[in-house]
Amino acid sequence: MAASIRDVLRPGPKATRVPDRYRTFTAFVSWAAPAVLVAIVLILWLQAAPAISHFGIGFLSATQWNPVTGAFGALPFIFGTVVTSGIAIGIALPVGVAVAIFLAEPGAQGIRGAIGTGIELLAAIPSVVYGIWALYVLAPWSFLHLETPITARLSSIGFLSGPASQSSVFTASLVLAIMILPTLAAVSRDVLRAVPGGLRENSIALGATWWETTWRVILPAAKAGIFGATILAVGRALGETIAVTMVIGNRSGEIPHSIFYPGYTLASVIANEFAEATGTIYPAALLELGLVLILVTLTINIIALLLVRSTARRVTL
Amino acid sequence: MTRTLWRRYKNTLALSMIYALTGLALIPLGLVLYYTISKGLPAVIHPEFFTNVERPVGIEGAGVAHAIAGTAIMVGFASLIGIPVGVIGGVYLAEYGHGRWAGWVRLASDVLVGAPSIAIGLFAYALLVAPFHHFSGYSGAVALSILMLPIVIRTTESAVSLIPNGLREAGLALGLPRWRVSLQLILPAAAPGVITGCLLSVARAAGETAPLLFTGFGNRFFTTDASHPMSALPLIVYHYALTPYKSLQDQAWGAALVLVSMVLVINLASRYVLRRQIRLAGQL
Repeated sequence: MAASIRDVLRPGPKATRVPDRYRTFTAFVSWAAPAVLVAIVLILWLQAAPAISHFGIGFLSATQWNPVTGAFGALPFIFGTVVTSGIAIGIALPVGVAVAIFLAEPGAQGIRGAIGTGIELLAAIPSVVYGIWALYVLAPWSFLHLETPITARLSSIGFLSGPASQSSVFTASLVLAIMILPTLAAVSRDVLRAVPGGLRENSIALGATWWETTWRVILPAAKAGIFGATILAVGRALGETIAVTMVIGNRSGEIPHSIFYPGYTLASVIANEFAEATGTIYPAALLELGLVLILVTLTINIIALLLVRSTARRVTL
Repeated sequence: MTRTLWRRYKNTLALSMIYALTGLALIPLGLVLYYTISKGLPAVIHPEFFTNVERPVGIEGAGVAHAIAGTAIMVGFASLIGIPVGVIGGVYLAEYGHGRWAGWVRLASDVLVGAPSIAIGLFAYALLVAPFHHFSGYSGAVALSILMLPIVIRTTESAVSLIPNGLREAGLALGLPRWRVSLQLILPAAAPGVITGCLLSVARAAGETAPLLFTGFGNRFFTTDASHPMSALPLIVYHYALTPYKSLQDQAWGAALVLVSMVLVINLASRYVLRRQIRLAGQL
């Protein structure tokens, strides 16, 4: 008798899946990345525990930094970090977006490729090389041609008042601006390239000029991604250590009144003092600064990456 | 009519602004290269620069051989840790990277790229310096390997993903197990891209100062024993540049020139290899 339709459709013996040991192994090794990230935060937290329990939340708002008397407060460093990164992003953002617009334009790929390479090389130069260059070339130049004239003319405005100093918050911000420019330009370029070509063509077909298309169509479409690129660059600026340490002046204990005064950042104070910190509370206080730094940069990075990814996905759809 | 003129005028103005700002962005690159070469070259042309070690200020013939050895050894050990782990992790992302777990790995490596390197130095200090009560080349190597890991992971992933699926399917159709397809077919085909990624991570690690401040720490003497404190080229640049002595400052510029040349050669060569790889993958 012929098999009924039901026999044919009945599922056969269940296919046994051979366990893919290769997959298990590679997956296990790839855990290294998240594991290291979690371990960094945990270990810093544990090591900073004496300072965290000793000072509590007041650590973040205290301004004293005196290892001799055991008074430790993070506010001047937090201020320095935030202000240098803020000024740096203010300088780098317009330039970076302009470079990204230039690089994302279709046509003349030869010259655009060459300039793109140049911008990416800017990212490859080690931070300490920027540091020595800033210390011996940029700082004296900026002192003579930017800081001195500005403080002479605008000294009535508090945060621009003099006397100017070669090692200053402003000089550090200038170096930072140069250093975060490649990140900003490269990520924004990728975001701009992900904007569908049809948008541009439609706008041009309606009679808009190139600039009107760029300003009113392309940039709005890429807005969230460029915002993400900006935050990513801020993350880099907050954590940058060596170049900033070499030019910011490293003055602790008070918040600088003018951007032309020497200052201090979270990363710089760790770089300068950690190797010589003795006792329990002093190194723990520095480690707490490191913990604050990494928690802030990690949060900023995660937000930025999610923003960049979401726009890239939405726009390509 | 005037409105059309104004729009065209504005367009030209904006376009020239874009060009001007792009040019402005390239000025620092030119200046950094110019000063590094012009100030570093006088130090580098002496052969003693590469063969001798630090000497007291005022005595001729000082060199940075100890820093070159330190950088080579620490970056070498860092590569031994960071590259295998990174390549295997990258292969995982390229071969099986669609699930949620792979998404976490990807996010973690991207975040790790942006993590402040000074914090990685603190981590290595807490892990490998404090328990042993002395600085060491090994702890520096571990800090650098953490820095290299995410770069290797992501470049390996993109190099392996470039290989067309046909190659993988051909291998699987011949009955090869997944691991042989991956290790004997895909990885060799992607090798130039993978190696390039590893070299880029080496260049990055060799130029980092902050993670070495409290791990490798620096050493005035020549040593190849990584259980001792070790010097490194970036540490030399950092320490010498901040001294008031002209001879040490010159050496700092020399060491900076060595670093910059290495980084630029690796980066330019890698761009060439990657471009070729993309073209070849397109032909497969």
